Amino acid sequence: MDTITYAPASGLLAWTWALIALPALGAAILLLAGRRADKWGHWLGVGTIGAAFALAVGLFASLSGLDNKSAHLDLFTLIAIGDLQIDASLLFDPLSAVFCLLITGVGLLIHIYAVGYMAEDAGRRKFFAYFNLFAAAMLVLVLGGNYFMTFVGWEAVGLASYLLIAFWQLKPAAATAGKKAFLTNRVADVGFLLAMFTMLGALGTVDFAGVFNGAESLSTSTSLALGLLLLAAACGKSGQWPFQTWLPDAMEGPTPVSALIHAATMVTAGVYLIARSHIIFSLNPNVQTAVVAVGALTLLFGAIVGCAKDDIKRVLAWSTVSQIGYMFLAVGLGGGAFALGILHLLAHGFFKAGLFLGSGSVMHAMNDQTDIRRFGGLWRVMPWTYATFLAGWVAIIGLFPFSGYFTKDPIIAAAFAREGWQGWVTGGAALLGAALTAFYMTRLFVLTFHGPKRWTEDVHPHESPAIMTGPLVLLGLGSLGAGALMVSPVTEWLTPVFGEHAEPHGHLSHMQVTVITTAVVVLGAALAWFLFRGGTDEVPRAAAWPVRAARADLGGEAVNRGVFERPGRLAANASVAIDARGVDGVVNGLSAAVGGTSRRLLALQTGFVRSYALSILSGAVIVVAALMVVVIQ
Amino acid sequence: MSPEYYLILAAMLFCIGAVGVLVRRNSIVVFMCVELMLNAGNLTLVTFARTTGTIDGQVMAFFVMAVAAAEVVIGLAIIMAIYRSRRSASVDDANLLKA
Repeated sequence: MDTITYAPASGLLAWTWALIALPALGAAILLLAGRRADKWGHWLGVGTIGAAFALAVGLFASLSGLDNKSAHLDLFTLIAIGDLQIDASLLFDPLSAVFCLLITGVGLLIHIYAVGYMAEDAGRRKFFAYFNLFAAAMLVLVLGGNYFMTFVGWEAVGLASYLLIAFWQLKPAAATAGKKAFLTNRVADVGFLLAMFTMLGALGTVDFAGVFNGAESLSTSTSLALGLLLLAAACGKSGQWPFQTWLPDAMEGPTPVSALIHAATMVTAGVYLIARSHIIFSLNPNVQTAVVAVGALTLLFGAIVGCAKDDIKRVLAWSTVSQIGYMFLAVGLGGGAFALGILHLLAHGFFKAGLFLGSGSVMHAMNDQTDIRRFGGLWRVMPWTYATFLAGWVAIIGLFPFSGYFTKDPIIAAAFAREGWQGWVTGGAALLGAALTAFYMTRLFVLTFHGPKRWTEDVHPHESPAIMTGPLVLLGLGSLGAGALMVSPVTEWLTPVFGEHAEPHGHLSHMQVTVITTAVVVLGAALAWFLFRGGTDEVPRAAAWPVRAARADLGGEAVNRGVFERPGRLAANASVAIDARGVDGVVNGLSAAVGGTSRRLLALQTGFVRSYALSILSGAVIVVAALMVVVIQ
Repeated sequence: MSPEYYLILAAMLFCIGAVGVLVRRNSIVVFMCVELMLNAGNLTLVTFARTTGTIDGQVMAFFVMAVAAAEVVIGLAIIMAIYRSRRSASVDDANLLKA
């Protein structure tokens, strides 16, 4: 394997740090200026992210002019202990470049949308401060030049995610969801920390170049451990099994947050981590199998639960879980599929952000209701939202020639190309996932926009203002066209990172896969259309066990309750009991003993001077007598 | 002259003082008995200084006298204060400091 080197940054690329500094500055100003910034704060937030987007485009252009396609920037030393030195270094290469464009580009659109969406909210300035903070943190994550910097960004996006999920902190459900997201992520982050410790122990460095060049010298068990630990971290951040339960609850936050953080960018950080560490993951086939298994399991899991949910945002959230499962599947397959995973991530960023913003627009029109059973017939009153949602819908289910077709089909084909029986299993799972995606998305779409009106009496739906529909239209166009436009340039662009790979040949040819996929997608969509065009019951009907299981998140919560909550409660109760009976018992017993003794001794304090004098005298006599005995002997 | 006489005298004085402190109620008398005990101690110190031919005991006796003088001043002041507030010089009446 060639040695990996990153060229030092020069020219405009030496300004890469400003990409992070701009939104960070915006966040700092908005948080420090307080109420004075209430009037113009949101425009500052939009301005900083807009400037960052412009800079990202400039950097992207400079990078494409370079031969080695990388720019490494050492800012300052973070940690220097003995031989260990960790720098605050940034790496701008094709992989981080596409992420920067996604984060700042989609981020800019969502920021603009949020100006309208949060117009009525008293905390709009604080919201934009957190939003900018998130953008800065996410840029640190993807620009970090070593695992430590990535970890700094990793934790900071977790913080921003917590602040934004719990943005309406007076609502108990939002506060709880924020805590749940934070704690679940914390559990998974232990994997990241342990992975860094493993790198430091085995290679003595956490720099990307150092780790990747030294990776081949690692023993099989070390590379296995490293891969699995990184996978655990990635699963936590990306809402993959077994850490998926926090992501749907995160929908308690404002809708722009769900669009930006919990659909387009932050939750894809796990995919970024695996793609960035592709050398480690490619070393050990067992690790790759683990990633593939997690991806295939989660994409089915999310799709099945998504079919049973009635909350517009939760359906989209489970859909996100499922789509990120596709990305995991792709990056787990390795080789040429790494680029496919990133490609699907970019396309997903567009159409899922568009779908979420569309759902926000619908909620705006329906007095913040989220129950799709009470929607219906909205296409007439909200033409723009309808058209953009339509674009997102055809993109996600992967109809030709929209973006999902160009990004999801190759992943399914690559899954079938895996050797032996695993190819049939993973390919079959991916295919079934595509059919289920078509089913639940069509169900969501039809119940929301078509069929009879099932509105509650007090709602008067209306189209959202232009500041909200504008970003929707742009994202809708992106959903329609992005796949076709991106598929070959992005794959080519990422070649310096992932290397050249021939298209794999597996059990089925690409053409066969495309035909079968399109068939099952159309079948799934048609079934949903047929079932739900006439609306649905407003209260859930008793159903067979698969539906009941899906409504209960396939036992995800039950597992959490049984494995973590109940033992946790037992442990807490036990320590309370030990504290009350044991520790407090000893302390209280001691004090009772001292108190009782002193109460008895108090009887000697008669208040009569002469009795004291007598006791002093007798004491003195005893001392003298004792002395005499000793001296005489 | 044998020092034993002096020591016996000191012991007798001390015992008289001690018994006086224990049995008398009038605080002035109790106080005088305390002085008696102190001076019995002084007599012992001086006697031993004389027998050993050193001046350590005499120096100690001077210290005792100085302390006794200070103690008299404070003690009498306390007795006066108690008498003023309680109209009594009996040590048994000043018994508030009890459990």
